[in-house]
Amino acid sequence: MTATDAHIANQPPPDAGAVAAVQPALSIGNVSHSYGPRRALIDVNFTVAPASFTALLGLNGAGKSTLFSLVTRLFGIQNGQIKIFGHDISRTPGEALRLMGVVFQPRTLDLDLSLTQNLLYHAALHGISRREARLRSAEVLTRIGLADRSGSKVRDLSGGQMRRLEIARALLHRPRLLLLDEATVGLDVKARADILDHVRQLVTEQGIGVLWATHLFDEIMPGDGLVVLHQGRMLAHGPMARVIADAGAQDVNTAFMRLTGTATLTGKPPT
Amino acid sequence: MSSTTVTPERSGFSVSEYIVCLNGIVWREALRFLHQRERFVSALVRPLVWLFIFAAGFRQVLGISIIPPYETYILYEVYIAPGLMAMIQLFNGMQSSLSMVYDREMGNMRTLLVSPLPRGYLLFCKLLAGTAVSLLQVYAFLLIAWFWDITPPTIGYLTVLPALVLSGLMLGALGMLISASIKQLENFAGVMNFVIFPMFFASSALYPLWRVQEGSPMLYYVCQCNPFTHAVELIRFALYGKMNWVSLAVVGGCTVVFMIGAILAYDPSRGLVRRGPGGGEA
Repeated sequence: MTATDAHIANQPPPDAGAVAAVQPALSIGNVSHSYGPRRALIDVNFTVAPASFTALLGLNGAGKSTLFSLVTRLFGIQNGQIKIFGHDISRTPGEALRLMGVVFQPRTLDLDLSLTQNLLYHAALHGISRREARLRSAEVLTRIGLADRSGSKVRDLSGGQMRRLEIARALLHRPRLLLLDEATVGLDVKARADILDHVRQLVTEQGIGVLWATHLFDEIMPGDGLVVLHQGRMLAHGPMARVIADAGAQDVNTAFMRLTGTATLTGKPPT
Repeated sequence: MSSTTVTPERSGFSVSEYIVCLNGIVWREALRFLHQRERFVSALVRPLVWLFIFAAGFRQVLGISIIPPYETYILYEVYIAPGLMAMIQLFNGMQSSLSMVYDREMGNMRTLLVSPLPRGYLLFCKLLAGTAVSLLQVYAFLLIAWFWDITPPTIGYLTVLPALVLSGLMLGALGMLISASIKQLENFAGVMNFVIFPMFFASSALYPLWRVQEGSPMLYYVCQCNPFTHAVELIRFALYGKMNWVSLAVVGGCTVVFMIGAILAYDPSRGLVRRGPGGGEA
C-alpha cells in the first residue's frame, strides 16, 4: 500500500480553504530506525489528516515511543522522511515543531514549580511573550478546571490532573497537530474517559489532528483512523472499519489478534 | 474550527522570541535555585570551609612570594580566594550537569528539546542561566570573604565580572558535555572522582605553579594544560584589575570547544551518545 493509500481521512477538515486541509498534519514516509543491531521500526508509512483522530495501536515494545521520538526530533531520523504540515522535521525542525504539541508517556512537568509557572516556562520556550502567556495560561487552566489550583505545586496534583495539565500545556502555543503517547497510562477509568473526551473535543471543535498512541482497544472508536504497529512493522492502517474488514474480523480486538498472531492486548488467547 | 486556534504559517523566529526564550530559561533556573536553598548554602559552605579552616591551617607552611598580579606579600587566604571562586563555578557547572541528567531521567528535558527554537540556542540559554546562578554564589562568597580580610580593590569586584562570566560559561559547557555522555544519574559519582577533584587539585587554585614545579615538573605541565588553572588565573588577575591574556585565550577557546561538543552531543542527527529506547536520551 502506498503512502497515498494510507492517508487517513476519517473526518473531513472543517476549513477546506485552510492550508491545513492541503497538507497532511503528519506524514511518515518509509521510516526505519535501529538501536545497534536491533531494528525498532521497519519501513513505516502513514499519514494523519488535519482534524482527525488516529490511534497508533501496538503492544509494549512495538515501536510507538521510538516513532514519537523521531517525530519530535528527540532522535535523528536514520531512514525515511517525516513531515508536519509539509515541513520536513530534519530540514526545518523549527517550523515543524512549532505546529506540534506533544504529551509524552513519562511525566515531563516540573513538580516543584506551580501550574502557572510550568505553563509560562513552556510558553517562553515557544517565544510567547510573558503577557500573552499569562492570558493563555489562565484560559487553559479555566478550561481544564484547574484555575483555582494555578499557584499550587504540580507535585500536589493527582495523576489525572497532571495529564490534563500536560495536554493544556501542549496546546498553549496553539499547535495544529497533537501527539499523545499512552497518555492515559496509570489513570483510573474516569480520568481516562475525561482525557479521551477532552482530546476528541479538540479534534471536532478546534480541528486539531491527533495521533494517539495506545495499547488499549477501548480507547478507539469506529470513526477513528487506525495504525497497527507490531515489532516495528506497520501491519495495517486506514479507517478503523476498513482495517477490521480487511482482517476479516468483527471487532478491533480480533483484527489485532489476526494481524499480529498474538494474544489480545487484554491478555485473552487468539480464537 | 475556531479560527483563533490556527497558528498562521510563518518561518524563522524574531529577536523578541529569542529574548523571551532566554528570559524564560533563566527565570526557571533561578526559580529552581530558590527552591533549593540547601544547594545555595552548600555552595557557600564548601569554599568557606577551605577559607576558614584549610587556609588558616596552611598559612604558616605555604608562604607566598610576590607573584603577579600581587604587588606585595599576601596571606595564603588572599591567594586561594580566586581559586575558591573558580571552585564555586566548577561545582555549579557540575551541579547544572547533574540537574540536566536528572531532568533527562525524569523527562523534563524533553520539554526543552522539543521547543521549536534552535537546539544550540536552547542549550546556550541553559548555559547562561547556570552561569547567572554561579555569579550569585560567587558574589555572596566575596561578601563573606570581605569580613575575613579578603579585600581586593573595589574596582576588582567589577572587573572580575566578565572573567567570571567566561569561566562560568566554560565550566558550565564542560558540565553540559559531560551530562550528554552520562546515561544514568548513578554514574554521576564518577564525575566527582574523575573530573572535579583532578581539575581542582591539579591547578593553581591552592598553590602557585612555581611551587608545583619545584615539587613535580610533570604535575606542573599537567597543571598548565588544565583549563581550570587558566580559569583561576583569569579570575585572579581580573580581581586586581589586570588581564592575563594567555588565560583569556585558553578559557575562551575551551568555552567554544566544550560548547560545540555539548551541542553536538545533544544533536540527534550527529549525537555522540548512542541513544536507546525508553529513556537513554531526554
